[in-house]
Amino acid sequence: MTDLTVSHGQDGSATARVAEPTFGWLFVVAVLGVIATYIRAIYFTPLEALQGPAQKIYYVHPTSAAVAFMAFGVVALTSIGYLWMKDMRLDRLAESAAEVGVVFTTVTLITGSLWGKPVWGTWWTWDARLTLTLFLWFIYVGYLILRGAIEDHGMRARYSAVLGILGALLIPFIHLSVYLFRTLHPMPIIFKPSRPSLPNDMLETFLLALGSFTLLFIALLRARYRLATDEAALEAEEGP
Amino acid sequence: MPDALGAALLIARKDLAIEFRTRTAFFSAVVFALLGIVIFFFAWDPTAVAAVDLAPGVLWVIFTFSGLLGLHRSFGVELADRAIDGLLGAPIPRESIYLGKAMANLVFVIAVQVIAIPAIALFYDMPLGGRVLALAGIALLAAIGLVAVGTLFAAMAVNTRLGELLLPMLSLPFFVPIVIPAAQATARLFAGRPVAESMGWLKILLAYDIVFVAACMMAFPHTIEE
Repeated sequence: MTDLTVSHGQDGSATARVAEPTFGWLFVVAVLGVIATYIRAIYFTPLEALQGPAQKIYYVHPTSAAVAFMAFGVVALTSIGYLWMKDMRLDRLAESAAEVGVVFTTVTLITGSLWGKPVWGTWWTWDARLTLTLFLWFIYVGYLILRGAIEDHGMRARYSAVLGILGALLIPFIHLSVYLFRTLHPMPIIFKPSRPSLPNDMLETFLLALGSFTLLFIALLRARYRLATDEAALEAEEGP
Repeated sequence: MPDALGAALLIARKDLAIEFRTRTAFFSAVVFALLGIVIFFFAWDPTAVAAVDLAPGVLWVIFTFSGLLGLHRSFGVELADRAIDGLLGAPIPRESIYLGKAMANLVFVIAVQVIAIPAIALFYDMPLGGRVLALAGIALLAAIGLVAVGTLFAAMAVNTRLGELLLPMLSLPFFVPIVIPAAQATARLFAGRPVAESMGWLKILLAYDIVFVAACMMAFPHTIEE
């Protein structure tokens, strides 16, 4: 077992450490926050006049999308960081963020679809934002498949960093071309130049949702990162 | 850097010489493109949709798929006898390898288009007429973007366990901002609209080319480090 302590280097390869719980207190807090968001959104926030209960998605769907964008931002930044500093920890962080981001993108797509049926009358439409989200999902699922297809750690880290950076560069181009193609999606209600145009208690619920989802994102990212670190430690222990 | 450019040209010439002597990839890409053009025609009801309305979409879908065929070959040929080691050992910048490969791929993609575009015009009754130059411009802009990204991903895919399967999966999302503007601009062209109306789309293509040629050239050395 002595070789457990051998394998930390400048490249940040795994260090042996006492097993920490993958899901910690932060995860518990985040889940409680999400539960509180749901309770407030369902019981303590007024119904929207036109859409009725369907509008409740507003507390899950845009927040998931925002978190997915945060996650892919982390992928881009850690990818740049990796190519610059060659620190394996950044690679593991990128991997973790991509996985969590794909989960939240999936939630965004599914909840959007559920809302689209009653309000737009269709599960799917080729609106600019829907298309962009779908392609985001494709890019980062491809990113995860690429990671799965390479054995060598250094090569996997370099290749996925390249894809992580190019993927971030691609997003504005896809956005621009599908936006010019056509758009139907509701326009921004909160993040726009003028004042947010929704009642205060809805805004408060939305902000609560955004906060709790962000916390959930951080908790999941941390848990996934710990898992990646443990995996690397295990592989180092088992030898080359 | 005249040296780096000279080395790139040399690599492009080598790849094209191999392709010219064997012609396997070129012929399969051309036949694939022709087959695609023909099969697509039967995927729609010709009494419901006019062939000329389908043509731009078919053209650019075929363009990306036949392009992928050539791209994969580009680093596939270097696998035999680890020929890539010879390139990596040469005292030239890594960017030259990328540039040379990309230039050879560009010639390949354009050569396939030179056959595929008239074939589409023929089968779909597209009036090429005085629009050939404008269409060639769109095709060139689209081909540069496709080759810039595709060459980089081909270099990566060839080293993975999935090999050629991975290339389309990685590349196709990146071809979306090429296919949409190119198809839109082509459709306007064939509807007899002035080129000025498509300028917005052409600017997206141009911006894409500039961003991705630069980004992929900078990224390439990271994909072939020992």
